[in-house]
Amino acid sequence: MASDNLVIADRTFQSRLIIGTGKYPSNAVMAKAHEASGADMVTVAVRRVNISDRSKESLLDYIDTSKMFLLPNTAGCYTADEAVRTAQLGREAGLSNWVKLEVIGDEKTLFPDNEQLLEATRILARDGFVVLPYTTDDPIVCRKLQDAGAAAVMPLGAPIGSGLGIQNPNNIRIIREFSRVPVIVDAGVGTASDATFAMELGADAVLMNSAIAGAQDPVAMAESMKLAVRAGRLAYRAGRIPRKMYATASSPVEGLVGR
Amino acid sequence: MNITLNGDPLDVPGPVSVAALLETLAIDARRVAVEHNLVILKRAVFDQTIVREGDNVEIVNFVGGG
Repeated sequence: MASDNLVIADRTFQSRLIIGTGKYPSNAVMAKAHEASGADMVTVAVRRVNISDRSKESLLDYIDTSKMFLLPNTAGCYTADEAVRTAQLGREAGLSNWVKLEVIGDEKTLFPDNEQLLEATRILARDGFVVLPYTTDDPIVCRKLQDAGAAAVMPLGAPIGSGLGIQNPNNIRIIREFSRVPVIVDAGVGTASDATFAMELGADAVLMNSAIAGAQDPVAMAESMKLAVRAGRLAYRAGRIPRKMYATASSPVEGLVGR
Repeated sequence: MNITLNGDPLDVPGPVSVAALLETLAIDARRVAVEHNLVILKRAVFDQTIVREGDNVEIVNFVGGG
């Protein structure tokens, strides 16, 4: 099939798998997992520098930024104001105007506060940001985010870190149908089939962290996710057969011996 | 002088430029963002922005996240 890159705003990515940089057993394992994943965009969080202990190695020593595009997030923010401030700090730290926008509404579920998310999307888009908002799998909210200036929408498959897989596949399909911007399923993937399924539903990309970082062998899981995302995308483009209640024979029904 | 750095009190010689403060703290200026009294600074102004007694400074960098 013809080349099939992911295009968001003015940027082209080779891979439709976007991965995180958190919770790996070590930075060295993370670097190997990144390599195995084939991803060319990784998310990072923005936090205070540890002043008292400067011995800690820097995350950026383990990310080849000539190959990997850095996508700062606003994880842990609970209001639009906090998220906007964090996004602006991330822009100065990374010198790019892209942000994975998270505005969380609840500690236990980490579900987004869509009201605050919309507000932050509007402010940041007006400020020249390429905004990729993490949202619930609600087609109407996704449409509003797009209208507010989002460069992509990132509906969750399931709660962050839950590994439950795609809980509402029909909504993902509807969101894809409604959207003029890329749809990135963000959060909830547990294993390779979840990523394939998301892509088969028409997602333009999948973003994950825990499923790889938390696997017993993160490097092997990273490779499996690379293949899973590709397989799902190919299947989506190939066009699957319709589901039917009863059998349809694959072999000819004529010319049978003895009839 | 006393300033508030990343939410904690800190006693440093000053007034001092943001660039010099980062150097004192052994922080690579190319990998951080700095907020001075709630104003987010461009890297280009680290040299000319002066931190004074009582000022509030936030220094952030990238860490692992999803």
